Amino acid sequence: MSDEIDNKQSIQAQSSETMNQYSGSAAADIDYVRPAEIPEQDLYHGHSFITKWVFCQDAKVIGVQYFLTAVFTGVVGLILSWLMRLQLGFPGLAGFMTAEHYYQFVTMHGMIMVVYFLTALFLGGFGNYLIPLMVGARDMVFPYVNMISFWMFFIAVAVLMASFFVPGGPTGSGWTLYPPQAILEGTPGSGMGILLMLVSLSLFVIGFTMGGLNYLITILQARTRGMTLMRMPLTVWGIFTATVLAMLAFPALLVSSIMMTLDKVLGTSFFMPTILKAGEVLEYGGGSPILFQHLFWFFGHPEVYIVALPAFGIVSDLISVHARKNIFGYRMMVWAIVGIGALSFFVWAHHMYVSGMNPWFGFFFATTTLIIAVPTAMKVYNWIITLWRGNIRINTVMLWCLGFIVTFVNGGITGIFLGNVSVDVPLSDTYFVVAHFHMVMGIAPLMVIMGAVYHWFPLVAGRMLHEGLGKWHFWITFLGAYSIYFPMHYLGFIGVPRRYFEMYDSPYMTSAIGMNEFISLAAFIVGAAQFILIFNIIKTLKTGKPAGKNPWKANSLEWHTSTVPPEHGNFGDRLPVVHRWPYDFSVPGAKEDFIPQTTPPSEVVHTEVEKT
Amino acid sequence: MSEQKIADYEFKPGFTGMAKDTGSDQTMFKGVHWGKAMMWIFLLSDTFVFSCFLISYMKGRASTTVEWPYPSEVFALTVFGVSVPLLLIAIMTFVLITSSGTMALAVKYGYEKNRKMCGWLVLATAIGGLTFVGMQAFEWSKLIHEGVRPWENPFGAAQFGSYFFMITGFHGTHVSIGVIFLFIYAYKVFAGHYDTQKRGWFTTMKGDYVEIEILGLYWHFVDLVWVFIFAFFYLW
Repeated sequence: MSDEIDNKQSIQAQSSETMNQYSGSAAADIDYVRPAEIPEQDLYHGHSFITKWVFCQDAKVIGVQYFLTAVFTGVVGLILSWLMRLQLGFPGLAGFMTAEHYYQFVTMHGMIMVVYFLTALFLGGFGNYLIPLMVGARDMVFPYVNMISFWMFFIAVAVLMASFFVPGGPTGSGWTLYPPQAILEGTPGSGMGILLMLVSLSLFVIGFTMGGLNYLITILQARTRGMTLMRMPLTVWGIFTATVLAMLAFPALLVSSIMMTLDKVLGTSFFMPTILKAGEVLEYGGGSPILFQHLFWFFGHPEVYIVALPAFGIVSDLISVHARKNIFGYRMMVWAIVGIGALSFFVWAHHMYVSGMNPWFGFFFATTTLIIAVPTAMKVYNWIITLWRGNIRINTVMLWCLGFIVTFVNGGITGIFLGNVSVDVPLSDTYFVVAHFHMVMGIAPLMVIMGAVYHWFPLVAGRMLHEGLGKWHFWITFLGAYSIYFPMHYLGFIGVPRRYFEMYDSPYMTSAIGMNEFISLAAFIVGAAQFILIFNIIKTLKTGKPAGKNPWKANSLEWHTSTVPPEHGNFGDRLPVVHRWPYDFSVPGAKEDFIPQTTPPSEVVHTEVEKT
Repeated sequence: MSEQKIADYEFKPGFTGMAKDTGSDQTMFKGVHWGKAMMWIFLLSDTFVFSCFLISYMKGRASTTVEWPYPSEVFALTVFGVSVPLLLIAIMTFVLITSSGTMALAVKYGYEKNRKMCGWLVLATAIGGLTFVGMQAFEWSKLIHEGVRPWENPFGAAQFGSYFFMITGFHGTHVSIGVIFLFIYAYKVFAGHYDTQKRGWFTTMKGDYVEIEILGLYWHFVDLVWVFIFAFFYLW
């Protein structure tokens, strides 16, 4: 294959003398950046449709592939949620809906949204697209492995979707897949459904590991000249820490999937206690269902932060750019991300307060859980202080960011309720929990995704998304999401249990009925509003306003590529040289209100820019 | 490494110096090959996989109500009418640890560009690994012959069979994958791919002897995991 390599990209790293355009002048000293440590990466350029767009090794294309696949699964998850709300708001209206179907939809909705939509979108989609561009690399360090990573994810999604069509349908054991019921007869999809789910999860973990190694090594070992760790955009920090979490948390999911597969297929009893069924003792015996819960939540809780940390990072960058102000407390933000990531491995059992574990465990995990509130609150304060006295542009991107702060604070506060054992026990398995996690890890990260789409679409496609449609999209989604989840807190307080197919003649029926109808109607509208974005994207691709270079006047490297949209190799003949952090906005004395990361110090000597 | 100067970079002394080195531009680990850094991080992740397996095993063994089988009886081998406890496993462990030694030597000769020695040592490592897998297959068939199954076990708790087959199987898979790669790499060394920087079959990356070290890292890790499995299954 060697002859197929385009040697044009293999320019040898140039020495500092030839790179430094100021050599010989007085400015040479302050603009000095060490020469390159690593030789130029040689890239495989696709030259047919297959190698350019299907089995492509360009991280940007892989990012878009991840994005589109994740959005496809997200739409499936959205339709499932509609079906659930149809049943809850208007029981009996959909004739085909049985209790079994309902449980299957709950399960698939949860698993799709958490793993196959949010995780894949943030790390696979935004990670692949943004990491090489933001750190100033030509591509991911192992482009071939990166390509395999996407196709593993694609197969995982295909296997997951196949479970809709097997006898018995997909698994209906809840997204947590708790044994013993997940693999026992009587639970919907306890045959092929659960098996395909476990296989799909294992494939996802293997595929993600390949991608994750790429993200980490690209960030650690392939940054451009001058790009120190503390000059990286917070987006990169968020994705980096989330990937570290994923590399350490997904093993627990893989192990629990393997063990449950063996329980199902070979009849081992890792998680299966002695079970009496219709007076008959089953073959199983001696296993521990609680062990599965520990393994699952050792994955499951970091998973929350795998979704949240990239969102934190991205929203910090968006707020800074669109408020034309440097992010407040950059170092504090970095350490908060890292601290939240570390703490997230010590809180998993707060999902298990009602599992019957030792009460001292509950005490320990309640304490660690509440400690996480400290770095998280620091981040919220910093976002707000960044906005304070900023030159805020109320455009679509900023609206999504503000929506994120509001919904995140809301979900975070209910988290403090649920982190305390004594408050959690009565609220467990009620709609209060549903409201909490949808607010904090459903709606809040989704707001960031939407903001990020409006922000980076001009880079990916070279055209600006329509602002008016964007604002409609935002307001319907924001107000609608509040209409869905705010009343759910109340439903939880009056004791409506989650995951129930029907309320039957319960005493709280009367007040819950009307509220459920209202929530369902809101859910239909919010779901439908998401198609505004799809319409907007199609319309923009055809007739959108050309974005030109750097439409938001941002500083980070992805906006300073040789072409827009960036080509394979990202930066043309020469990699950029970085002299500052990406947050030099509205610097007094500067000609414009932004100083790109590539601007050398000699060009801004008369401004009040700080050394970073 | 501390004496080395990489592209004008001077390492700084002390703890704050270490922090500055870590956070400096371009690379965090100065002069470390991308593939090598990747393998280290992959192994960290894999450590978590095996930890989850072994911790589950401990939990399963600690909470079982049925007696756990006595390892020196279950894993004994009868030689000339004498039952020798842990005989096979001692040989297996010896072979695997020895193969780690040949691997380390292969890395050394690789960096010295001694193609022949490096190739033979990689091949020796592969054969050592293959022997290990073969003996493991023998041990499995012996236990299966005696009636141990993943779902039942005539010597006591059923979970013994489940955890034993699962964890040694998972480790054996790691060894087998390693053996396959060792054979491929032995071929590549003998064919001189690393001397001529020939590109890989799929990845189009240039060949380099550092790949031997990267595979070596994986191999030593697999050995290290075996030491833990040995301790937890055979000595506990």
